[in-house]
Parts: sequence; C-alpha cells; structure tokens
Amino acid sequence: MENKKQVLIKLFFSTLYLSAFTFGGGYVIVTLMKKKFVDQYHWIDEDEMLDLVAIAQSAPGAIAVNGAIVVGYKLAGLVGAITAITATILPPFVIISLISFVYTAVRDNVIVSQVLAGMQAGVGAVIASVVFEMGRGIYHGKNPMSILILIGAFIACTAGVSVIYVVIVCGLIGLIRTCFHNKKEAHS
Amino acid sequence: MIYFQLFLSFLQIGLFSFGGGYAAMPLIQEQVTELHSWLSMSEFTDLITISQMTPGPIAVNSATFVGIKIAGVPGALLATFGCILPSCVIVTLIAKLYLKYRNMSLLQGVLNSLRPAVVAMIASAGISILITAFWGSETAISLSGTDWIMVALFGLAVVLIQKVQMNPILVMTLMGVAKAVLYVVGI
Repeated sequence: MENKKQVLIKLFFSTLYLSAFTFGGGYVIVTLMKKKFVDQYHWIDEDEMLDLVAIAQSAPGAIAVNGAIVVGYKLAGLVGAITAITATILPPFVIISLISFVYTAVRDNVIVSQVLAGMQAGVGAVIASVVFEMGRGIYHGKNPMSILILIGAFIACTAGVSVIYVVIVCGLIGLIRTCFHNKKEAHS
Repeated sequence: MIYFQLFLSFLQIGLFSFGGGYAAMPLIQEQVTELHSWLSMSEFTDLITISQMTPGPIAVNSATFVGIKIAGVPGALLATFGCILPSCVIVTLIAKLYLKYRNMSLLQGVLNSLRPAVVAMIASAGISILITAFWGSETAISLSGTDWIMVALFGLAVVLIQKVQMNPILVMTLMGVAKAVLYVVGI
C-alpha cells in the first residue's frame, strides 16, 4: 500500500469526486465507494466493505457522510475520517450556498414560482413512490411486529407526536426484540 | 443565540435520522417549520426539490440552506457541523468496536425495527407537503379551495414514476415546466 500521505490525497479527491457527481442518495454513493476502494484501489476487501456499508446504514445520519467516515477511518484512522468527511460535505455545501443566494433573488419572480409550484407536485409524487416501495417491502416481509410499528408510528406522527420520540421508542422496541431473540437462540 | 439554536437543531437531525435517503426529512420538517419558523412549508418543499436535483444528502443540503437564510455563511457552517457531529462520533465508535469484535447483530436488529417507523415518518411528512401543494396551507382544506391543476400534475407524476419508470428528476422538471406553461397560456 502507498504511504499515508498519498493515501490521504487519493482518498480526498476520490470522495470529493463521488460526492460532487452522485445524484440519488446515500445508497448510490456507497455502491460507488465500493467500486472505487474495493475493485479499483484494492484498499479494502469485499466482505469488510459490506460490513462497513452496514455500519454506515445503521448509524444515525446521512449514509454518504457515514460511509465517508467509516471508509476514511478504516484506511487512515481519525485523520482519514476527517479527510473523507471534508471532501464529502464540500461539494453540497458550495452548491447549496450558491443556489440559496439565487433562490432568494428569483423566488418572487412569477414564472419561477410557477415552476417551483409544479415541482412541488413532482416531489410529492417522488415521496409517495418512495413510501410505496418501502412500505411494500415491509408488508411483504410478513412480520406482524414491523407492520404494527409502521401503523403505530404513522398514527403517532400524524397526531403530532415529535418524530424524535417515535425514533427513540421504536429503537428501544428493536433493542428488546433483538436481545430477546438472541437469548432464545442461545437456549435452543 | 441563533447560532446555538441552529447548531442544536441540526445536531438533533443528525442524531435521530436513521436509514438514509428521506429518513431525515420528517426531522428537518419538524425542526425548521414547526419548532422554529425558519422556513415556511412551501420553502421547505422547495428545499426538498432542490436537494433532489443537486448532489449531497438532504440533511447537509438543508443545514447549508437554512443556515445561510437564517444566519449567513457562519450559520451554514455551524448547522452543517451540527448535523455531521453525531455521525462522526457514533460511526467512529462503531467502526472501532466493529474492527475489534466484528459483531453487528444488535445494531441490525435495532435498525430492523426502525425501518417501518421511518417509512411511517416519511409518509406523514409527505402528506404535509401534498397538503401545502394542493391547498396552499394546512389550515384551509376545503373542496372548493383545492388547486386541481396541482392534483392533476401530482397524479401524472405518480404515473410517470411508477408505471413509466421515468427518472424522478426529469419528472419533477417536467411538472415545473408544465405548471409554468399552463400559467402563461392562462389556465
């Protein structure tokens, strides 16, 4: 493996590139990370990468950010994590900063506001489709507890319960379920 | 004070959003439109639209956008830092434990129960967005006040995404153009 400085420079620019040109969310970016760091650079082996992706997905926060931290940390410790995360947030930070200045300036233009309104209908449809796909996956999982959580959480959110409490309660349910399940497995 | 509030709000968004993609959206909505009136519901929807069309996670995009609007570039930096700080600490810790013990089952178990909750949360936030799109605000829902053009565009967009499998960014752009054209021709 190359020396640490070279690794850091390569890590910085490859994460920067991935972050700047990946549309479509965290799941896409971790796939591209795998291609880059496993298939191209051979820095991480395939099985370990799968576990790193699992960590990125199970920890709170954006998957792209988590993926950058976990890969950076694995390759070069804390310095690696900081390098990768800086490269990951730099492109969206710059792009959104520029857009928000333009947005404030053109928002009140009548044509722009019509376009934005039409896009609201579009983004509503995108979200509806995301919910449909994810909900279908859970329904087909045929786990009564999961379906119960889905319904309960929906009622709670719509009734105005803070989403933070919903996350905490459902996380605790998961913790208890897993401990219970592990114990049962250990017995049998 | 406002800097501290921005930091704290986005810290909570970073800490409690699990599962990626749209999972952060309900938390962002609660923090920036309900607990603090930093964005109107319509501005929030614009933000989600912009996030869809630009690279980068929704949470980081929102932190930058809201931070700049409320407290300029320093605000954006602090909000972004707040939203990635929990990730930095927690992911590094888990990575450390993983490299030592290589056992992920507890974490996966917790995530399995969170996933259905996340779907429910996204659905609920999506409904708020649609209500704003169809009626302008959440307080004035009535049949006569319905914007039927928006309802039709929404229906068309659902068909294009689900049945025609068209790229979502393309669909959103088309709906934006369609609305503007309808306005210009006077419908």
